[in-house]
Amino acid sequence: MPVVDLRAAAAAAAVCIALFAAAAAAQDIQPADVLVKNVTLEVVEIVKRDKDIQAGDRRKVVELIEAKVVPHFNFTAMTASAVGTQWGKANAEQKLRLTEEFRTLMVRTYASSIAAYRNQRLDFRPLRAKPTDTDVTVNVRVLQPGTEAVKIDYDMEKTARGWKVWDVRVADISLTANYRTEFANVVRDSGIDGLIRILQAKNSKALERTPVAGAERK
Amino acid sequence: MSGLWAGVRGGRGARLKVLLAAFALVLASGCATTNGSDPRDPLEGFNRSMYAFNDAFDEAIGKPVASAYKSTLPEPVRGWVRNFFANIGDLFIGLNNLLQGKPADSVNDWARFAFNTIFGVFGINDIASEMGLEKHNEDFGQTFGRWGSPSGAYLVWPLAGPSTVRDSAGGLLDLYFDPVRRHQPDDARLFAGLLRAVNQRADLLDASRILEEAALDKYLFQRDAFLQRRRGLIHDGNPPRESPSSRERMNPRLQAEPGAPAADRLFEEPAAAGAAVAEQAHSYEPRLPANYEAVVAASRVRR
Repeated sequence: MPVVDLRAAAAAAAVCIALFAAAAAAQDIQPADVLVKNVTLEVVEIVKRDKDIQAGDRRKVVELIEAKVVPHFNFTAMTASAVGTQWGKANAEQKLRLTEEFRTLMVRTYASSIAAYRNQRLDFRPLRAKPTDTDVTVNVRVLQPGTEAVKIDYDMEKTARGWKVWDVRVADISLTANYRTEFANVVRDSGIDGLIRILQAKNSKALERTPVAGAERK
Repeated sequence: MSGLWAGVRGGRGARLKVLLAAFALVLASGCATTNGSDPRDPLEGFNRSMYAFNDAFDEAIGKPVASAYKSTLPEPVRGWVRNFFANIGDLFIGLNNLLQGKPADSVNDWARFAFNTIFGVFGINDIASEMGLEKHNEDFGQTFGRWGSPSGAYLVWPLAGPSTVRDSAGGLLDLYFDPVRRHQPDDARLFAGLLRAVNQRADLLDASRILEEAALDKYLFQRDAFLQRRRGLIHDGNPPRESPSSRERMNPRLQAEPGAPAADRLFEEPAAAGAAVAEQAHSYEPRLPANYEAVVAASRVRR
């Protein structure tokens, strides 16, 4: 057999395998509840093992969230939900900047919550949804003796690149809806740019302050 | 925080007079700044001054005492304190579940009380939870809400914190039945009331730090969180979602303009072009949380 043919065959085979792998990847979307469980357990495991995080190293918590959690969130949808009816008034660039600032705020809040984690037991509730649903709520409960369980709901939507979170409700408090009145007031008084400025100021003030929530953990 | 209130009530005399004087001062200063822009919060000026008073009190006394308490007592001991008062609470949680037409839940609550009191050593161990008897959260304010009472105006009470007209009425009943408040002699009551309040505050240290991180305007953030939370509690964690028709009506106003950037482009490497296009069509539509209409109605401002 001529060498050229062999090479062509190998190349063809490689292309086939690559295509097949791509197709498989497209098919292989983790169910929403499995995704939440895996990500949560992974993050909790890392937090438990990492001495720096336990000592209150804020930068490391943020890095952890950026790497493990952020890819599963749709921050544009979250920002739109927080800004509410005024979202339509923002132009494309303002939307980008709003999203960027709101994302920073969310990541920081999330970091504080993770730093406050104290080995509570987690209860991953079975998903109540049909397999064809593209919009589901995944429910996790944090159990502690002496107090009722704290419910965490992740509102998630199926996209071509897996399930994405578009709202988080902690004890029935929606993180995005909770900003809506406040954001509406700011936009009314000083416009979209005013809101961007205020968020920037809030974020940079938090940067200056040295850490940390959860530093005095016991 | 109602525990703190009960505790302070126990210690009558000079302390109360000082508090009342401070309270009157703050009240006088606050009324000038009323700007009631939110229909749920017509007394915003008054509430904001109460909030400022509570915040100052918390900074000066609440937080330092709670932090010292937390660093002095190890978690197991604080757990006993928490469980002890939670166990007493189960009695009236059961009553409220009965009043709300959930007899199975009240049996659960009273069984918790029986097991924890007898086998959990006066309730300091929550063995009922380990047996699968879940702790509930009920009070008279929730019962009134369940019966159809609207929440009424948002109110911030000195020391007791966020409430509404309905929840204040409920809170008075909670206080009336509170076994700690009815306890004799006075000294024991004062001690128990303060211990409960300090333990509660210590448990909330992390939460209040997160509030500081998250909020632009702490007053608004706390108010909206409180109202969302109470709504959730009244419906036992399943507040009704808005109807699909109202969803559709609201959606167009929120939709992105054509050609807006794909949702995830901000924080991810540009994916394969096909996927990005598919996603743009799919996910760039803001969704509405369950209480969307209520919040929009509330934030529709008049000046």
